[in-house]
Amino acid sequence: MKSAIAFWNILLKDMKNYYLKPPNISWGIIFPFAWMLMFFFRSGKAFQIEEIFAGIVAMSILFGTTSMLAVTITFERKGRSFDRLLLAPISTELLVFSKISGAVIFGIINSFIPILVSVLYFKSPVADWYLLFVGIILLSIVSTLLGLSIAVSAKEVFEAQTFSNFFRFPMIFLCGLFIPLASLPIYIRPLSYILPVTYGVDILKYSISKANHLYIWLDIIVLIIFCVGLFYFSIFNIRKKWIV
Amino acid sequence: MESIIEVKNLTKKYGNLTAVDNIAFSINNGEIFGFLGPNAAGKTTTINMLIGMAKITAGRIFYKNNDITEKIKKFQAFIGVVPDESNLYEELTGFENLCFCASLYGINRPKREAKAKQLLEIFQLSDAANRRFKSYSKGMKRKLTIAASLVHEPEILFLDEPTTGIDVASSRQIRSLIKKLNDGGMTVFLTTHYIEEAERLCNRIAFINKGKIIKMDTVEKFIDDISQSNVIEVLFEPTPIDKDFLLEKLNLSFPELECSFKAENTIKVISKAKIDVSPVVSFLSSNGIYILEAKLIRATLEDAFVKLTGIEIDAMKKEKEKK
Repeated sequence: MKSAIAFWNILLKDMKNYYLKPPNISWGIIFPFAWMLMFFFRSGKAFQIEEIFAGIVAMSILFGTTSMLAVTITFERKGRSFDRLLLAPISTELLVFSKISGAVIFGIINSFIPILVSVLYFKSPVADWYLLFVGIILLSIVSTLLGLSIAVSAKEVFEAQTFSNFFRFPMIFLCGLFIPLASLPIYIRPLSYILPVTYGVDILKYSISKANHLYIWLDIIVLIIFCVGLFYFSIFNIRKKWIV
Repeated sequence: MESIIEVKNLTKKYGNLTAVDNIAFSINNGEIFGFLGPNAAGKTTTINMLIGMAKITAGRIFYKNNDITEKIKKFQAFIGVVPDESNLYEELTGFENLCFCASLYGINRPKREAKAKQLLEIFQLSDAANRRFKSYSKGMKRKLTIAASLVHEPEILFLDEPTTGIDVASSRQIRSLIKKLNDGGMTVFLTTHYIEEAERLCNRIAFINKGKIIKMDTVEKFIDDISQSNVIEVLFEPTPIDKDFLLEKLNLSFPELECSFKAENTIKVISKAKIDVSPVVSFLSSNGIYILEAKLIRATLEDAFVKLTGIEIDAMKKEKEKK
């Protein structure tokens, strides 16, 4: 019960303090629209929404979660308020779980905007709604944990932002969003397969238009392994770097 | 008296640097235990090891005779920590900060709200309860940080330099609150570089320098030891002088005396024997120093500290405040 109170209040504080601030809400709304417009201008004609649906959902999640968590944790570390959490009699596992929950929820909410626009306005079909939500949840968790891994390595907020971009932009081009994996040069392809986002995007593509590249069960297993691995990697790093 | 915390052979190394070197001490239940020392003496590192914010290189920590070295996380439920810098949330109000801190200890909403209101009243911050923490003055911030460390009614309170860098009125209020908390039965572990603060508040004191405890005793015992000496203070008109050079000359001319600078224009002279003040005054005058006053003074904890560590208090304060 005590742990549940601590968990709920950390989550509530983060949502109120960071994620539900007007600039972040507007970011969540504007970002997917901006990507859609970009595709529209690039193609110069009306585009097939199914082609970009999965990509916009994935990018909304990836950009929303990684930077938010990396920045908020670095900000709290710098202001030393994170020490207060480390001083509380709660396990590091619960602390990390509480901190990532806010970002995961933020990522999920971010993904709803392009879904609503694509389905309600563009009448895009969705082949498997359940799998779409599984993909969104797993991608949100794995992106958030990537953000946490960045936060553990950064000392300043600007460092966290720089590191986030350093990982995110190559990821977009290597995960099969814009360039199908099969079209990537053979020597680059192994890089794609070590990126968790590749598997998340594959689930999204399957759930929307069944135009995926890998096995769905493999995508789900690999993403779960990434989630568990990154979770414990972050805990290990927090204990190693922040309790010196 | 029963000890609540016992530390044995505690060591902390950062690579080749030994920050805390094989120290041992115990804190009695219900006492205020002071940890005094200059910058980089090992005070904060020791606190950090006790509260679980630094890994222990070697040694053991006992809480009520139970070895908690590997179980500091559980011990954190019984302690309150006030770091040397306020660590509350700038965007939250005073009331929200206290409620949030209480929630980290699993305290339910009605109880934490009642506790937060009570603490805000005790710390005279009720009027600022709904103001954001970032709008607080330094003194208010420090008071709220202390209040936040008390929301779960800890048995032991760790205070790291609680009055450094804040105004006189707030410092006085904080000292009186520490005293009140201790009167109510709370054990306090206090690190400070303000000797007067330690003298006024602490029951027992440990002097730490370069990671080692030099001496540990009750305040009375420290003063008794030094009281057997004679102390005079020589106040002179502020003059640009080479302090180190002057001290060297003084020590060479009067080897039986222990001379040190208490302030920019005050020299303190300590001796086991009765001090003949006139040769000292003549010596200083002949060195271009215009003497304003020379008086016999009561020995203080500060004298004991200077004698044991050889560190000038004034320099230590300035260094700390500059930080």
